[in-house]
Amino acid sequence: MTTPNIALNPPNAPTRTAIQRLSHAIALEAIYGIWLRDLKKFWRERSRLWGGVARPILWLLILGTSLKPAISAQTLGGSTDYTQYIFPGVLGLTLIFSAIQSATSIIWDREFGFLKEVLAAPVPRLSVIIGKAFGGATQATLQGIITLLFAPIIGLSLPALQIVKLIVLMFLIGFALTLLGIVIASRMTSFEGFGTMSNFVVMPMYFLSGAIYPISNAPNWIQLVAVFNPLAYGVDAMRHIAIGVGLHSLWLDVGFMAVFSLVMLAIAYPMFKRE
Amino acid sequence: MITDEGIAQAPFAEKKAGMPLVQVEGISKKFGGFTAVNNISFQVNHREIFGFLGPNGAGKSTTIKMICTLLAPTGGRIIVDGHDVIRDADEVRSAIGIVFQDNTLDSGLTAQENLEFHCMMYHIPRPERPQRIKDVLNLMELTEVKDRLVKTFSGGMRRRLEIARGLLHEPRLLILDEPTVGLDPQTRNYIWQYVRQLREQHDTTVFMTTHYMDEAENCDRIAVIERGEIIALDTPNGLRQLVEEDQVEIVVNDPALARQVIESSFGLLAEVESKTLRLRVTDANHFVPRLLTEAAAHNIQVESLQVRRASLEDVFIKLTGRKIRDEDGSKDQFKLNMRQMGRV
Repeated sequence: MTTPNIALNPPNAPTRTAIQRLSHAIALEAIYGIWLRDLKKFWRERSRLWGGVARPILWLLILGTSLKPAISAQTLGGSTDYTQYIFPGVLGLTLIFSAIQSATSIIWDREFGFLKEVLAAPVPRLSVIIGKAFGGATQATLQGIITLLFAPIIGLSLPALQIVKLIVLMFLIGFALTLLGIVIASRMTSFEGFGTMSNFVVMPMYFLSGAIYPISNAPNWIQLVAVFNPLAYGVDAMRHIAIGVGLHSLWLDVGFMAVFSLVMLAIAYPMFKRE
Repeated sequence: MITDEGIAQAPFAEKKAGMPLVQVEGISKKFGGFTAVNNISFQVNHREIFGFLGPNGAGKSTTIKMICTLLAPTGGRIIVDGHDVIRDADEVRSAIGIVFQDNTLDSGLTAQENLEFHCMMYHIPRPERPQRIKDVLNLMELTEVKDRLVKTFSGGMRRRLEIARGLLHEPRLLILDEPTVGLDPQTRNYIWQYVRQLREQHDTTVFMTTHYMDEAENCDRIAVIERGEIIALDTPNGLRQLVEEDQVEIVVNDPALARQVIESSFGLLAEVESKTLRLRVTDANHFVPRLLTEAAAHNIQVESLQVRRASLEDVFIKLTGRKIRDEDGSKDQFKLNMRQMGRV
């Protein structure tokens, strides 16, 4: 008699659990690795944290307190204090600066070759983008927290729950803005880098976001632009939490940023596929 | 009794073993109107050190990028370790370790951190990581500097670290794109020692590109590539025979007789210059013993003998009609053009 031919599992049959397989498929650890690298480098260039200190001093304490007497509470739609009104706007500025700066590092990674190491690895492109966006969002949030420390100085007291809500919001805003930065940066090829970004992305988005003046008083064309500006929704959401004033409902703000993030992911994805 | 079914279920591994590790079938790559790679085919066998020899811009790096899934071919098919580079990109990526021509390390991280990052990207099981990192650091002699930031490393150290990193996930195929460009001769030799050691100890197959002739001599087989096409593919010795031009120089006591004997025995015309005879032969290794036998038979005393073997440089000149361009200067210009075409 012959021994029957039993089809066994192939010798290297994976014996991983469903969770392990899922984490392998979306490469959780690769996301973590990319995030960790960004954070390590951020920590080694701590001087960048000073931006989080300098901007609130400049905008809140110098610009804000100087303009405060000239701006009536009525123009601001009920809020009494101009420095408090622009506080969420300054948070927004910190977030967009930090997020775009971190996204711009993709240009450096490409110039210095490191991007090749990442793209040649068996990791889904989506994980690479998400890892990068988490890195940018975390850096933005850390800088935002520094800016938050200025709240008491301008007489704004924030209960713990509000602070937690603001931090969550800052992460979402940072995530959306980093993705925007990644989309732009992957189209850029050289060291024109952050200067260009700052002049043509960061500042226009900041000024057209209602961060330092109520958008409802602005000319129509600015209001129209602000409809598509994710930072406008971000600032509006933070204003809801910080001083209880807002143009849209909080859910519209959050919803817009979530949808915006998905759209940016969809645009970035094909750009990271094969050349 | 063996049934048909049994045969059909022959282990997959066996089938794979019979296949070359890399199979390239008629691939092309066009960038706009520019054809960088034009319908090339070749195979890389297991445990082989396979070389791509050609000037800068010949299509070497483009081919490598297609093999390692960074660039999609315009046409043709590439199979690496049984996986199609388009369909199973991730499997191919796991099977390959690449050392690119340009630096791809993060100079803001330490050597150790660069390696840890690589482990995460290549799904190396966590418990194995410390040992593997230790091993590759040892192999490349970087253990002492593992905690230094890479920006403080010399060119040779960086290159070694890149190779260490490429080996970390124990790839079946190690791709080295111009691995020794810009390195001093000592480091170059060093790296070659490592490459051979890898083959001996880990059965690693190596696919490398170079535009240095002397370096190509280290390969088992060489494909000469020029303007996107493979114009010759053979062992270094096989290639040398293409030029039929080893030079043999002998000094004899009776040049006139020697000339006559050589002409009648081998059908070769020697150049004579006082007592020196100069001959061009296909394969000096085999010719010289016969020459000496003939000389002895005719009582000709050979006072000295010198052989100059054809170099791969000669092969290249013969095949293309010109010298391999050493164009490190114009390389930047080339890169710039590529970038403008949106390639880099």
